[in-house]
Amino acid sequence: MAYFLQQLINGVTLGMIYGLIAIGYTMVYGIIGMINFAHGEIYMIGAFIAVIAFGVIGVLGISFVPLALLIVLIVTMVFTAAYGWTLERVAYRPLRDAPRLAPLISAIGMSFFLTNYVAIVQGARVKPLQPVIRGDFIVYDDGVFSVHLTYVQMLIWTLTLVLMAVFAYLIGRTAFGRAQRCVQQDRVMAGLVGIDVDRTIAATFVIGAALASVAGMMVALYYGVVDFFMGFLAGIKAFTAAVLGGIGSLPGAILGGLLLGLVESLWSAYFSIEYKDVAAFSILVLVLIFRPTGLLGRPEVEKV
Amino acid sequence: MTLRRVTFLAGLLVSAVAAADIRVAIVGPLTGPQAAFGEQMRRGSEMAVVDLNAKGGVLGQKLILEVGDDACDPKQAVAVANQMVNRKVVFVAGHFCSSTSIPASDVYNEEGVLQISPASTNPQLTDRGLKNVFRTCGRDDQQGKVAGEYIAKHYKNVNVAILHDRSTYGKGLADETKKTLNGLGKQEALYEAITAGEKDYSALVSKLKSANIGLIYFGGYHAEAGLIARQSRAQGLKAPIMGGDALVTEEYWAITGSAGEGTMMTFSPDPARNPMAKPVVDKFLKQGYKPEGYTLYSYGAFQAWAQAVQKAGSTKADAVAKVLRSGEKFDTLLGQISFDAKGDVTAPGYVVYVWKNGKYDYAPK
Repeated sequence: MAYFLQQLINGVTLGMIYGLIAIGYTMVYGIIGMINFAHGEIYMIGAFIAVIAFGVIGVLGISFVPLALLIVLIVTMVFTAAYGWTLERVAYRPLRDAPRLAPLISAIGMSFFLTNYVAIVQGARVKPLQPVIRGDFIVYDDGVFSVHLTYVQMLIWTLTLVLMAVFAYLIGRTAFGRAQRCVQQDRVMAGLVGIDVDRTIAATFVIGAALASVAGMMVALYYGVVDFFMGFLAGIKAFTAAVLGGIGSLPGAILGGLLLGLVESLWSAYFSIEYKDVAAFSILVLVLIFRPTGLLGRPEVEKV
Repeated sequence: MTLRRVTFLAGLLVSAVAAADIRVAIVGPLTGPQAAFGEQMRRGSEMAVVDLNAKGGVLGQKLILEVGDDACDPKQAVAVANQMVNRKVVFVAGHFCSSTSIPASDVYNEEGVLQISPASTNPQLTDRGLKNVFRTCGRDDQQGKVAGEYIAKHYKNVNVAILHDRSTYGKGLADETKKTLNGLGKQEALYEAITAGEKDYSALVSKLKSANIGLIYFGGYHAEAGLIARQSRAQGLKAPIMGGDALVTEEYWAITGSAGEGTMMTFSPDPARNPMAKPVVDKFLKQGYKPEGYTLYSYGAFQAWAQAVQKAGSTKADAVAKVLRSGEKFDTLLGQISFDAKGDVTAPGYVVYVWKNGKYDYAPK
């Protein structure tokens, strides 16, 4: 029982990180009907910026942890969002009316570029970050097994939930959200009724990048190691989560992420860890057989 | 860079006398997760080539060092191997990862290039009977034996988990250790494979904790070992990690911090403590570089090769291989070494090290 609880905690934490990255995939797909293959790299850049920001904060001597975290969070989101914006400007906007394959390929190109850019600028080595937040609660102890919930895990949960709430409000209740949904439904018509389509799409990339950067920062905090190729595996997993939940659907991204995280950790808990990815992808296949649009996806008429 | 330029200038100076220069190469992972080890090999090789050239080169000709990056990727390794062949390289010190050394060795074998790996420990490298392949490091069956015996002796009544990262090196090492351990009558409590490159091993750690594991044997590289150590401590699992020669880098401690305290690893007796190595070690220290891990093994590979070439009077792989295999002793900073019929070094074997306060030293026997 205690063991199950611990694996649940592990799985939910992992799932929330997947979910945060998956939102970026799902949003971009929703608005331009395209998979942003450079999104995993944006997440990786977010993690690097967070590590650098922690370093700078350490040099400045800010030792009050919540303040340090807040500064790092803001710095990471702002800088990574700038990368997201640039990505859209360079790789997508010039190809807005090109055949669908063109932006797809330019995105893959950006993915290679960003990976190698970081490898050159930051070095190819693994970058460690010593624990910033230490300590944990022992949630439950049955004498044999003690269930630990670390402060970092709690921070991840809280931050993800808060961001989700802010984000749901942004999409559901604000003028920007209306514009975003409008462009999603019909780009040409949205333009005709006076919505700045380019700006709305750019803003979508910016938001996706900001959320991925939060995931990057939390990974740096939680695992303490970043490297230039970490975006690839995380990107694939998050993309799977997005498809699982129904690509284009925001609650679907989080649901898919959580499901994926839980499947991975619970499979690891009771079966061979070697086959956990097989389990995760089998679930994906099963879901797609019975619900081709994913768990929460709406059937689309025309988009590929 | 400056070293290479020095080599280049030195090459220019003698080009008037020497008919042609001899091209040699170091190939290892200069990028990617194993880059720290590639750096060790590059440093050792550059120093070796500068020193050899300072003494007049080999067969009166200067050496030119080519540097290749295989990123520990088998596909890239074969490409780099072909590249080295095209550049008319006669000797390659490399590669680092067993999974890259083995496919590359086929290319070198076909093209008549001599290969001495300073670091690839998988038995398969020399077990396939290729005549041009040697190594200055030990083998995983020796390493696994030492690890297995150490575990059986010191962790007799403790639950042991054996993990590997599914790489040629990691799985080979874990299986050798398991074989020794089982042979000594001790069964492991858990045997699992992980995916290298992932960040989250918390599910694994919970599983280890639930199985009441008291020692984790890990066949794999330092990045994953470091993550497992950190996540173990976060969940309150106190079991120490034991690994192989791929933990011999200060980068391991940079990842784990205090969570790495007590981590053990098997590695050859530190060549830096060898009196013959002292002048070279001092030179490295003067450059502000600590010659860790495979630095001196790469240096030693060049020394053994150079002496064999002098003796053979030719840089042709067949001739040099024959001398290397003849049981002849070579004076290197690793001590007096010779190679057996397979191409393995008749070496000092392995000892157990332990990490303490950011440094590693021999573990109590």
